[in-house]
Amino acid sequence: MKIRIGLGSCGIAAGALKVMEALKAELNNHNLDIEIQKTGCIGMCHNEPLLDIIDDNGQIFTYGKITEKDIKGIIEQYIIAGNPVEKHLVNSNTNPNDFLAEQVRVALRNCGIIDPEQIGHYTERGGYEALKKAITMSPEGIIEEIKTSGLRGRGGAGFPTWFKWNAAKNNPGEIKYIVCNADEGDPGAFMDRSVLESDPHSVLEGMAIAGYAIGAAEGVIYCRAEYPLAIRRLELAIKQAKEKGLLGSNILGSQFSFNIRIKQGAGAFVCGEETALIASLEGERGMPRLKPPFPAQSGYWGKPTNINNVETFANVPWIIAEGGKAFAAMGSQTSKGTKVFALAGKIKRGGLVEVPMGLSLRDVIYKIGGGIKEDRNFKAVQLGGPSGGCIPVDLLDTPVEYESITATGAIMGSGGMVVMDETTCMVDVARFFLDFTQKESCGKCVQCRIGTKRMLEILERICKGEGQPGDIELLQEIAIKVGEGSLCGLGQSAPNPVLTTIRYFREEYEAHINEKKCPAMQCKALITYRIDPDKCKSCSLCAKKCPVNCITGEKKKPYVIDQEQCIKCGNCMEVCPTKFNAVIVE
Amino acid sequence: MGCCCQEMENHCKDENLDLNLLKDILDEYRDQAGSLVTVLQKAQDIYGYLPLTVLRHIAEEMNIKPAQVYGVATFYTQFRLTPVGKYVILLCQGTACHVNGSERIETALCQELKIKPGETTPDKLFTLTNVACLGCCSLAPVMMINGQAYGPLTPDKAVSIVKDIYASEQQASEGGEKA
Repeated sequence: MKIRIGLGSCGIAAGALKVMEALKAELNNHNLDIEIQKTGCIGMCHNEPLLDIIDDNGQIFTYGKITEKDIKGIIEQYIIAGNPVEKHLVNSNTNPNDFLAEQVRVALRNCGIIDPEQIGHYTERGGYEALKKAITMSPEGIIEEIKTSGLRGRGGAGFPTWFKWNAAKNNPGEIKYIVCNADEGDPGAFMDRSVLESDPHSVLEGMAIAGYAIGAAEGVIYCRAEYPLAIRRLELAIKQAKEKGLLGSNILGSQFSFNIRIKQGAGAFVCGEETALIASLEGERGMPRLKPPFPAQSGYWGKPTNINNVETFANVPWIIAEGGKAFAAMGSQTSKGTKVFALAGKIKRGGLVEVPMGLSLRDVIYKIGGGIKEDRNFKAVQLGGPSGGCIPVDLLDTPVEYESITATGAIMGSGGMVVMDETTCMVDVARFFLDFTQKESCGKCVQCRIGTKRMLEILERICKGEGQPGDIELLQEIAIKVGEGSLCGLGQSAPNPVLTTIRYFREEYEAHINEKKCPAMQCKALITYRIDPDKCKSCSLCAKKCPVNCITGEKKKPYVIDQEQCIKCGNCMEVCPTKFNAVIVE
Repeated sequence: MGCCCQEMENHCKDENLDLNLLKDILDEYRDQAGSLVTVLQKAQDIYGYLPLTVLRHIAEEMNIKPAQVYGVATFYTQFRLTPVGKYVILLCQGTACHVNGSERIETALCQELKIKPGETTPDKLFTLTNVACLGCCSLAPVMMINGQAYGPLTPDKAVSIVKDIYASEQQASEGGEKA
């Protein structure tokens, strides 16, 4: 018997470390000698902290939402008495839940199964076999295999991976570099963090194979400083791989040498762009430059450089081991393999999911994600972060593949999938993203630097109820200019959230501008909270919770909100007992 | 328009600091091209922020123009030019947190601490900072205090977490006085 506990950032944030301590203490109390194995993230973030109990027949019982108080019961009832604790059981071999059933795991093949801090766990599951195979192949053979697989860049743009590798290989130069882009900056995306925390060796192995294919001896992982756990596990993984002779000089006795080091980013979204990332690696301000020359021609220190995203590298060992054809057998006509998504927002079962390309958005959101929180109505799903767009309900059957998603005006992006319901204001969402891109614009291109600022001002004005007729057209006009006049992806795609929300939710913009109403009841300047005197039972809960003390009343008389003082925090509405429902928002 | 050095002087806080603490770092990275970002990160780990004297010292020792050092230090959001409190509250502004009501958390924390985002309480205990996504989207809305993530938050929960820290600090200082 073995107990496995999920210790990714999500699990730790949900209290998994406390659960582990309680578990150790309780096993001790009962003199039970059961192995506790740490693991990364299985992706069921909505059920964290998670515990797997694996019995001697290999049956896995997954328990979710465990607190330290539940441990005693689980050990006594299940481990000692042998009865699964139904209350916390989310998954078992005989009763798989839908969250995992629809998924196909390639990039996440080891996540939540192995202990990421032990290289032995990775090699037991076939880890580094692909690297062993690769160094017996020719570099051309590897690139051909990647070409057969149809793998495209998972960072967002979807550029064919083999093409980049081939270009870097064919460009002359003694020194070449492999760079792993782990600067996952999209708000609402955490796929790369999970892979790095849960299965760091798969990324290292993918980088080493790429290094062999293009003829590089050095790899750099550019990782966000906001991911301290990922950095720690990567450092450990690099050390272990070196000790085993899987990285370093003359790998596995061959002529191939390859080293990997980590460089921490310092918090700049634009550094996800290849040329900005290179500038940042060189210690400069992370500002993009004109392409060509492409990094494959002149990248890090002017040498041919191949940059891929974390998930792309994590797919590579699988492709080499199983063959490009096996990868290409999954997915759709133009988008092969699988894609990892970070499912979040107003969704019942949020977390990390990996699905074959071509599955519909509806299946991802309803079958895997379980639908909308509190069974509200779906309004939109946001794909691609600040570079992407909002896809409305009538396009829910769009398959997840690069071309189909692009046709909606959004982009596949790196995999952030934020679900929005009827209580989300789409004008506010557009404002939110513009606020983000405006702050993150590096300032090099005038259209991006000033254009995003002007667009943000207009959106703020609309949200405040000061929108004017013609604002929508003005936004569209500036959006096109920002897109056309910007050097890099940040500026080129910055207008997407605005353009897609105008395209699909124009009536919400019009309601803000013409009627000074926010249909989703979110924009503070356009809503008022008031207490229905017929329903108010004078319980005074709202007055006690009001942070600015603007609700007054006395016993047996309805309470009143002073509109002058009200900051529209919504606390009163939240605390008003559901049986009264006396607070109204208009 | 003034000189860049002037701007740097105006924007950075000057303090009398032990610059010897930087020696090991500078010895390690002085000759490594492209290591300015790393050196600034390590300097901030030591001093908690990047004071003017430190920026100047790094520029001189690494033979980089002060304007360039200042340019890099102001480009990245990780770098701070002013001191921070003992507890740094990072309030996540990711998409998932935004649609799940992070603004209400911000309002509640600002009310409780009586500061705005980016400011530090007068007792130097708390700094409130808005950050881009922390990557714990399933726990939205989330905040992180000195490396520990908390979520999903409600305005009440966020305030009580801060109050708990404040109470334990009070207790610690009273205990210290007694001892």
